[in-house]
Amino acid sequence: MGMTLAQKILARASKRQMAEAGEYLVADVDLAMTHEGLWGVYPILKEGGVTRLWNLERIVNLLDHWVPAPTVQAAETHKIVRQAVKEFGIRYSYRENAGICHQVIPEKGHVVPGDLIVGTDSHTTTYGAFGAAATGIGFSEMAYVLATGKLWFRVPETIRFEMEGDLSPGVMSKDLLLHLAMKYTAEVAQYRSIEFAGSAAKGMTLSSRMTMSNMAVELGAKFGFFEPDEKVEKFLEGRAKKTFQMVKPDPDAPYEQILRVDVWKIEPQIALPSNVDNVKSISQLGEIIVDQAFIGSCTNGRIEDLRIAADILRGRKVSNNLRLIVIPASWEVYREALKTGILEILIDSGAIICNPTCGPCFGGGMGLLAPGERCIASINRNFQGRMGSSDAEVYLGSPATVAASAIEGRIADPRKYLSRRMA
Amino acid sequence: MKLIKGRIWKFGNDINTDVITPGKYLASPIQEVKDHVLEAVNPKFAKEVRKGDILLAGKNFGCGSSRETAPQALKALGIDAVVADSFARIFFRNAVAIGLAVLACPSVSQSFEEGEIMELNLEKAELKNPKNNISLKGSPLAKEMLAVLSKGGITALLKELFGNEK
Repeated sequence: MGMTLAQKILARASKRQMAEAGEYLVADVDLAMTHEGLWGVYPILKEGGVTRLWNLERIVNLLDHWVPAPTVQAAETHKIVRQAVKEFGIRYSYRENAGICHQVIPEKGHVVPGDLIVGTDSHTTTYGAFGAAATGIGFSEMAYVLATGKLWFRVPETIRFEMEGDLSPGVMSKDLLLHLAMKYTAEVAQYRSIEFAGSAAKGMTLSSRMTMSNMAVELGAKFGFFEPDEKVEKFLEGRAKKTFQMVKPDPDAPYEQILRVDVWKIEPQIALPSNVDNVKSISQLGEIIVDQAFIGSCTNGRIEDLRIAADILRGRKVSNNLRLIVIPASWEVYREALKTGILEILIDSGAIICNPTCGPCFGGGMGLLAPGERCIASINRNFQGRMGSSDAEVYLGSPATVAASAIEGRIADPRKYLSRRMA
Repeated sequence: MKLIKGRIWKFGNDINTDVITPGKYLASPIQEVKDHVLEAVNPKFAKEVRKGDILLAGKNFGCGSSRETAPQALKALGIDAVVADSFARIFFRNAVAIGLAVLACPSVSQSFEEGEIMELNLEKAELKNPKNNISLKGSPLAKEMLAVLSKGGITALLKELFGNEK
């Protein structure tokens, strides 16, 4: 019997021939990522009597959630992180001028196919787009990993989404992910691994894959894989911090479910408050007036996201009834958007551009909502209170949908703005 | 491990970590965060919860972010165990990692009402409603998890491994 990607990587990391779904094993971690979460890990290390970390080549830290510090408490958090970095001699520490972890860690070449990666952030599943088994853990488990390099894992069952066909123009991988949430619920992959496959997966850009792997956790998943291919190899050229081998699932791998999705049928999707699987197609939505539009986050703050927003907003103005906030996911994205003129188009349209950071996505700052306000955002969660007031509402959509909505002041279908240009 | 017995606070499905410990309090000390636990869904909870109470929920409890403040704040409020129809995996692992008892048991949320007493044997994954003597069997925890829980969490485990190292 063959093995899925999750089985293969967990077997390799625990020095076994085979890893069966459902069994528990102790595995050697290849990379441990912390952001401000190191602030919570540090006291556990201290209390536990840990004086040296397991392997300084395999530990990465940066600051992304509150950058620059918007409150005294956030500043204190950063101070503790800096102290921990210094005290333990953490070498790869990217600090404030790098961006959001899930964009920066791959850009800096720390993520390679086949690795087992843990991070103090639930969206660590993003690295599955590179064929890494990557998942979020808490502070205590991270303290254990930083001290020992090991962690126990349950070998997950795998669900394979066979996504066939091409997305229609103006429809993005975000819409596809929200469609999967609607069709199969936010619990479909609870405790499980996902393999995103099929011709749509193969045809997707790496950035679009990252969006889906990122939100795999919103389907409950522990890992969210795409099979690594030449797009991954090309991206890693000149970046990869270590050598690697491509990894793929065996043809006879045991899948718990194989779900086939016809991609061409999907129209732009919106997740309504306050669950990610509370999704409607845009044509079914009705009028939803919004006070804020936000393009950014580890889900959809990459150059292709900013570019499609600029394509829609070029020569147009953001509605007077809302504010559009744009936050590039990293400084690399920020620079490219600057060089290619994307930022100028967005600024001319009336967008507010902020420095790379998580910002309003988790309620950290740079655009929080007042009671009764609504925001359409390209982010990953629409939970109650996520972006400020508990009495505000967050709607999720693709960056194209957010850009179109910014023009109209209500949630709008991006296809009309794109099709005119293409015609 | 001892038998857990406590009064139930009941919550619905898909209770996420942003609702358990909202992002705006994330950088605050846990003693402050705990006063805001679940305030968006039940403002009475953080004020009236008593030491030894049990939190009961529906499907997908603790979905969302990896913030360990979620189980920490529940533990700081005196919650002895969280029992749910199902859990999001990071919350489940984090609870074990900080020494908070958790048990998944499909449809348990339909077998108890708020304010009733639950008796819980974690090792056997058994729970009982003494009012009507209904017993249920949950999903047993792996021995790796029970080992961490019986030590009181990962900090205690690290102390054992590294506490005497100088």
